[in-house]
Amino acid sequence: MRITRAQADALIAHARGEFPNECCGLIAGRDGAATRVLPATNAEGTPFMYVMDPHEQMQLMDDIDDAGEDLLAIYHSHTRSAAYPSRTDVDLAFFAEPLYVIVSLQDADQPLIRAFRLDRTAAEGEQIAEEPVEVS
Amino acid sequence: MSTVKIPPVLRQAVGGERTVEVGGSTMGEVLEALCAQYPAVGGQILTADGELHKYVNVYVNDEDARLLQWIDTPVGDADTVMILPAMAGGAR
Repeated sequence: MRITRAQADALIAHARGEFPNECCGLIAGRDGAATRVLPATNAEGTPFMYVMDPHEQMQLMDDIDDAGEDLLAIYHSHTRSAAYPSRTDVDLAFFAEPLYVIVSLQDADQPLIRAFRLDRTAAEGEQIAEEPVEVS
Repeated sequence: MSTVKIPPVLRQAVGGERTVEVGGSTMGEVLEALCAQYPAVGGQILTADGELHKYVNVYVNDEDARLLQWIDTPVGDADTVMILPAMAGGAR
């Protein structure tokens, strides 16, 4: 996945803005390059869980579709843990095509952004595959 | 027969269809029929116990079925059932 510095900064700013709760949103793109960062509401609103508001989810997915873009990634933040999918992240990864991007604020001064393809139906040990994030 | 709207994430499981017509007089029966016809859908939206996954949202004529009668919500021939898996997860 390729994102611009400004888009990476937007992801980090969203994560910091929602702290101590997790943030969530979508990244639209074309040919593997991000075109837009679309913040959404975490309906759960807790430091340990995100559930995207379902109406916003529908609207944003339609918006991406209408614009002729792809749903490149679903992002959320980990406020106190590493930028790596948790058991919950894998268990609730219904979407096989978009990447799951995690913004970690574990080190507040050095936020990390990593991307993963998740397959909750795959065998244990084969559910998480990291994909490179190129920031340019 | 009710119309079930299939989101992009589940289309591969139904051979690429955007909508599928299935029988049943309640939302639960309609989804049961859908999963019987397309077992791959069941693998995505049902738990190991065969229950509808807590994080799968279902809308009957655009209304959240949880605010209706959930799986007992009556559906008729003219009704549309839409499945929308949640985007969810978290550090724990």
